[in-house]
Amino acid sequence: MSQPSHELRKKRPIRKAPFVVIPIFLILWMIGVATGEPARVLEQAIQVCLSCIGIG
Amino acid sequence: METVRKWVQVIIGFLTNSSWSFPFTNVIYQGPLKVICAPGLNCYSCPAATTYCPMGSIQQLLGGLRFALENGQYYFSFSVFGTIGVLGGLFGRMICGWACPFGFIQELLHKIPSKKFAIPRILSYGKYMFLVVFVVVLPLVLVDEFGSGSPWFCKFVCPAGTLEAGLPMLLLQPNLRNSLGLLFLNKFVIMTIFLIWAVLSSRPFCRTACPLGAFYALFSKVRLIKLQLDEAKCTNCKACHHVCPMGVKFNESPDDPECISCLACMNKACQFDAISLEIGGIPLATPNKGLAPVGKS
Repeated sequence: MSQPSHELRKKRPIRKAPFVVIPIFLILWMIGVATGEPARVLEQAIQVCLSCIGIG
Repeated sequence: METVRKWVQVIIGFLTNSSWSFPFTNVIYQGPLKVICAPGLNCYSCPAATTYCPMGSIQQLLGGLRFALENGQYYFSFSVFGTIGVLGGLFGRMICGWACPFGFIQELLHKIPSKKFAIPRILSYGKYMFLVVFVVVLPLVLVDEFGSGSPWFCKFVCPAGTLEAGLPMLLLQPNLRNSLGLLFLNKFVIMTIFLIWAVLSSRPFCRTACPLGAFYALFSKVRLIKLQLDEAKCTNCKACHHVCPMGVKFNESPDDPECISCLACMNKACQFDAISLEIGGIPLATPNKGLAPVGKS
């Protein structure tokens, strides 16, 4: 006889690793934003980098 | 589900390349959306690109790090690593299977009828070398007289950049053709090799050379959304081996770093409901199978 879904869900513990990894990178992102990196990234991304695409 | 995945690939490919004014303006998109990170490998010098490529930005920031530090700017690429780290923690290489335009292009090429070849597993370690050496070490270490490093992967390898940006820019700006030399020839040859290889083998660039795929692969065991195997239901029939576009033997290695969660094994191969999608350990209901099985009974 099949078990109700809530019982099935109880059997497997929630994996904690993603909930540790994701906040670490979120903090890393916030540090980068605080140092003003996005403005520099934008500055680079709106220009064609000729050597990057094999020209020049 | 395969149709849904194809549509997601098309929509994300379009959203990350949605600036279609370039045939009239002859310039790339330069608006504020370019502060957003593309989840997949998508050259920001592509005329239609509306987002930045994480690998390109990391190389540019690390290449200019000495100069930035001298000016009191601490551009260690934390924001870019942070963004792709969060994406990796959530989805891992599912992004390769669902959100990478160059992966999608390779999938389309592989549909061309031809004799198909497997890719030796040992070649999959190449992408980690490209991530560490070409994306991080060389831009940091090999600098010119002004202290600036080059984006080595973009400059000498990236076939996505040649296809999505190099060739379109040559078409848009004919005067650039005068600057062509060995650098372009090298990149054109590499692009051609990978495009032909993609017809003969499944996703060769993703499996052997993509540094972004290598980065996302580091999250294979810890990502929030991933496929899980119910060993109690698995009969080791190996049906999942035959449908995997990445050469993963899912029943032997459920957390394989090559798995792009395309769901082919779950939807096309497994007859025993042994494979299901889970979020943080909680199984998701699948369209045809109801609640996925959980653990050994």
